[in-house]
Amino acid sequence: MAYINHEVVERQMTKRRVKNTVFKNIFLGATLLALLALVILLYRMITQGAGYVSFDFLQNFSSRFPEKAGVFAGLVGSLAMLAVVAPVSLLLGVGAAIYLEEYAKKSKLTTFIQMNISNLAGVPSIVFGLLGLTIFVRMLGMGKSILAAGLTMSLLILPVIIVAAQEAIRSVPGSLREASYGMGATKWQTIRKVVLPAAIPGVLTGSILALSRAIGETAPLVVIGIPVIVQFLPAGVLSEFTALPMLIFDWAKRPQEEFQYVAAAGILVLMVLLIFMNSIAVFIRNKFQNRY
Amino acid sequence: MKKWKYLMVTSMATSALLLGACGADQKASNSSSETSTSAQSEEQLQGKVAGDGSSTVSPIMEAIVEEYAATQPKVQVSVGVSGTGGGFEKFINGETDFSNASRPVKEEEAAKLKEKGIDYTEFEIAYDGISIVVNKDNNWIEDVTVKELEEIWVDNGKKKKWSDINKDWPDEEIKFYSPGTDSGTYDYFVNDVLEEQQLDKSATLSEDDNVLVTGVESDKNAIGYFGFAYYEANKDKLKVVKIDGVEPTHDTIQSGDYTPLSRPLFVYANNKALEEPAMYNFMEYALENAGAMAESVGYVKSPDNVYEEDKKKLEEFKK
Repeated sequence: MAYINHEVVERQMTKRRVKNTVFKNIFLGATLLALLALVILLYRMITQGAGYVSFDFLQNFSSRFPEKAGVFAGLVGSLAMLAVVAPVSLLLGVGAAIYLEEYAKKSKLTTFIQMNISNLAGVPSIVFGLLGLTIFVRMLGMGKSILAAGLTMSLLILPVIIVAAQEAIRSVPGSLREASYGMGATKWQTIRKVVLPAAIPGVLTGSILALSRAIGETAPLVVIGIPVIVQFLPAGVLSEFTALPMLIFDWAKRPQEEFQYVAAAGILVLMVLLIFMNSIAVFIRNKFQNRY
Repeated sequence: MKKWKYLMVTSMATSALLLGACGADQKASNSSSETSTSAQSEEQLQGKVAGDGSSTVSPIMEAIVEEYAATQPKVQVSVGVSGTGGGFEKFINGETDFSNASRPVKEEEAAKLKEKGIDYTEFEIAYDGISIVVNKDNNWIEDVTVKELEEIWVDNGKKKKWSDINKDWPDEEIKFYSPGTDSGTYDYFVNDVLEEQQLDKSATLSEDDNVLVTGVESDKNAIGYFGFAYYEANKDKLKVVKIDGVEPTHDTIQSGDYTPLSRPLFVYANNKALEEPAMYNFMEYALENAGAMAESVGYVKSPDNVYEEDKKKLEEFKK
């Protein structure tokens, strides 16, 4: 008398094993497809653009001759814009996150605000461009300056930073806060000395990824009307400038085929910049996380 | 604990340095420009000139700005590429000193400019010939009349076949590729060929002329149009159509034989801005070199007397 019918078990096992393999392969395929797209993209960019990337390419202004064209004005412009975006979006974003997580009471209003922030994160970037054009460029009279573009980009990435910072603050264990209060610390002392230090890796990782997005965005800049033909470097935050994505966009539209390669070279420069920023984010995460 | 403090301090210091560097840059450049103007006071101007407008005109402008930057490094010229219509919108708003256009200013735009109290001067800087192109494998169309061209492109509410226009042409549907509605090329074509009738609604519109090139190149039944420079750069991939027996070439565009699709390209300058020495100097340089620069980027220069007239117009603003 057998308690276990081996034949039936065997049959069902095979069925489940087959299912297992099928799903495993489907998911492997999904991963490979995503990787393949990335590899093809990289391959095309590198084969087309690598020949144009040189020290001169980083140091020259754009030109009507493809071999003399360079990204200097765009690179400096993009970095200058980042110097506006980083402090503005970090201060506002982390501030809002601290308020929402630590101070705000759970009411209908805060739920409403919370919902709107999440929705804002999904608003197409071109809408932020229109907002920037109306408010910063025209109403506040900033013109097509680094400041106007930087503030527009800050608004664009603010929801992402707030959500990331909230997640990070929320993941700080409650026991730490309670211990701090138990020692007689005030709320602000607790936030400053306990919560923020514990949350900082998460906040910075999210923020740097958001900043990378600000560097790569083109649509808001196009709507604001950032000029493309620029043969000078910005002299201050109110100076006109051009940005890397704008140059790439312009080159890709040129009639001469060589400019397609120049555009590819521009994309390579932009990608190296993005990879650099993302690796800083990864570095921070690995170095400072899991301390509790 | 110490680590994050260190991190915060470094990140703050870095951003402060970056911001500081921007500020310092400004001061440095200001003082250096002052010394350089006093050192070589002759003709070394400084100032800012902003323009925007047509993507057709932008290659010529880029060439001019590039050369100009070498002669007057302290005059900062920035030019955007928002299309003729988009450029005029900014010009009307008083945001730009000049606007590039691949068509004359429209009545409603002129009215708005008047309303805002902006006086402007029109300068013709070069010639372009809108080129009608078809696929390389298209062997039935060599030469069309303007009337046929209008019949092909006008919207008649249904899908058109080549055989609807001419019985000898194949019984296949025509695919249209046209520049976007924000471009002066579109406006010019609708105005001068279609006489303000609706362009076929099935047309693929794109602000990026390379999309049109690729579209026509890959479809046997396609027809498209765009500026001469784009045809020149893609000569081996496309077939150009003669209009009333005239092919668009450098000579036929310049002589005006290629009609009605030869068109002048313009720069509209704000009169008030022209009174600024930097802007005046830039426009003077632009008009002097427009012909040569236009030729170097694939356009056709206007007859010499056009530039002479332009210069006369400009000289009225000389102080």
